[in-house]
Amino acid sequence: MNEPGIIPLIQTRVPQQREPDGTEVHAPAVPSVIRNFLRAKSSGRIADGAFAGVMVLCALSIFAIVVLIVFVLVSDSRLSIHASGWKFFTGQIWDPVSGDFGALPFIYGTVVSSLLAVVMAVPLALAVSIFLLDICPKFLRGPISFLTELLAAIPSVVYGLWGVFVLVPIIRDQVGPVLEKYLGWTGFFVEPNFGVGIFTASVILAIMIFPVISSISRDVMRAVPVNQREAALALGATRWEMIRISVLRNARMGIVGSVILGLGRALGETMAVTMVIGNHPDIVKNLFAPGYTLASVIANEFTEATGDLYLSALIEVGLALFLVTIVVNAVARLLVWAVTRGNTAGAH
Amino acid sequence: MGVDIRVEDLNAWYGPVHTIKDVSLHIPANHATALIGPSGCGKSTFVRCLNRMHETNPSARAEGTVRMGDLDIYKDATPVEIRRRVGMVFQRPNPFPTMSIYDNVASGLKLNGFRKKRVLDEVVERSLRQAALWDEVKDDLKKKSGASISGGQQQRLCIARALAVDPEVLLMDEPASALDPVSTAKIEDLIFKLKSQYTIVIVTHNMQQAARVAENTGFFLMGKLVEFAPTTKIFTNPSDKRTEDYITGRFG
Repeated sequence: MNEPGIIPLIQTRVPQQREPDGTEVHAPAVPSVIRNFLRAKSSGRIADGAFAGVMVLCALSIFAIVVLIVFVLVSDSRLSIHASGWKFFTGQIWDPVSGDFGALPFIYGTVVSSLLAVVMAVPLALAVSIFLLDICPKFLRGPISFLTELLAAIPSVVYGLWGVFVLVPIIRDQVGPVLEKYLGWTGFFVEPNFGVGIFTASVILAIMIFPVISSISRDVMRAVPVNQREAALALGATRWEMIRISVLRNARMGIVGSVILGLGRALGETMAVTMVIGNHPDIVKNLFAPGYTLASVIANEFTEATGDLYLSALIEVGLALFLVTIVVNAVARLLVWAVTRGNTAGAH
Repeated sequence: MGVDIRVEDLNAWYGPVHTIKDVSLHIPANHATALIGPSGCGKSTFVRCLNRMHETNPSARAEGTVRMGDLDIYKDATPVEIRRRVGMVFQRPNPFPTMSIYDNVASGLKLNGFRKKRVLDEVVERSLRQAALWDEVKDDLKKKSGASISGGQQQRLCIARALAVDPEVLLMDEPASALDPVSTAKIEDLIFKLKSQYTIVIVTHNMQQAARVAENTGFFLMGKLVEFAPTTKIFTNPSDKRTEDYITGRFG
């Protein structure tokens, strides 16, 4: 190993000490103004500490708010909790006059209408996001995404009115008979169909949560690095294959997040649902039948709740809604965790 | 003018992975020092320990002593203070895309509240001249975004940005590996020009580059500093068999 020249050691470039215009450039003399200035600056310890403190306080306030909400819900519904016990969550009879408070039909209505809404909204929302990102001609992209976001800005009572005057007749006269004819055998779509019911509520909800899911999942998909798309395309993937293996896979956690957000909105939506769901506390398989949701019963009956027990029962309905939201979210996250477990790539 | 760096028994971890093992070396002031070694050998982690960037990774941890001049950077100062004294240039040019060229160069001073416009103008011009970029951008200093220029120019802009705070040490983590040969040559010229005025530590995959710009070279392997010697010695007469194998291309 005594032969030099394996790595050429000739320093091939002559150091240019002069600029093309002939001036020499040197680092500032020591001690320079700049160094003195920077030395005199504080270490940032106090400022950073204060900043961190404020942030921690803000973050903790979230816990405080949740705890307070739970506390108020529990303490104000104590009367009803004592009177009904577990029967509140399992009973199917809601009869304030005789003091029977069973909230199961409301829980059923809430969960079924929201899940159905998500099932309808997610494919549509993802299709729109993918269309906007990868297929849409440029001049349409702006208008479509603007209109999508506009949908999110419409007040829910307006959706409700539209539902009553437009959607209900369509479902009663056009969509209903078709569904009944082809899917009636499943037992989910059985006459009589008055147009108001769980199915109609789900459709309204789907339209309402579609913009949330669509715009968030679009942002997540847009954040997928171009090199991931190119990696797939360079392997000979078609557009759809590219979207499937690089865009959807990389963005899946964000997409799930957007779906959970949409689900949360659907579970708590009150006005529009109240106007089209029929408001009848029943647990039936038939989706054309009227139903009732937790949020709707609070909205409908709160002003006419006579007696402490009735009021307390309605507050317990609120507590139930809170719990349903938590449970549904937890189950959704658990499902995601179970699916992505052992698949470390992108599982964060 | 730069200061020397004395590293004693430096150890670093990413989570449970021990990436730097008992490294001690003395990097002389106002010279260029190259660090070479195969991918994953710890050389990048090592330079990131020199300005305490390593610890920005939540699972990362470092132990040992690093002295810059008289300052023990892990004991005597906060990371913020250290990084004001140490410039860093990354593998991929990372100018601030929302800032003009001028604001990019001035950002280090501006974020610390430096407001003297006349001095700022001078500093920006001097730094851009030092980075050999002045003539190419002087007409659109405030018009063009830092991301609108070519990759090689962006990297020189990042060097100018690092020089604007008049650092004592300049760390460069593979500064030319994402650039074309012409831009690479310009960056090497720069290092050559700057090394008498700043202490430069450059990580590189390119052994010719190390040979061209650095007086001293350290060879890292699996987290250990195998050999540290004058560049000529490393490349002509290395004392360790592993160094010889690496530079002759027998592995890595």
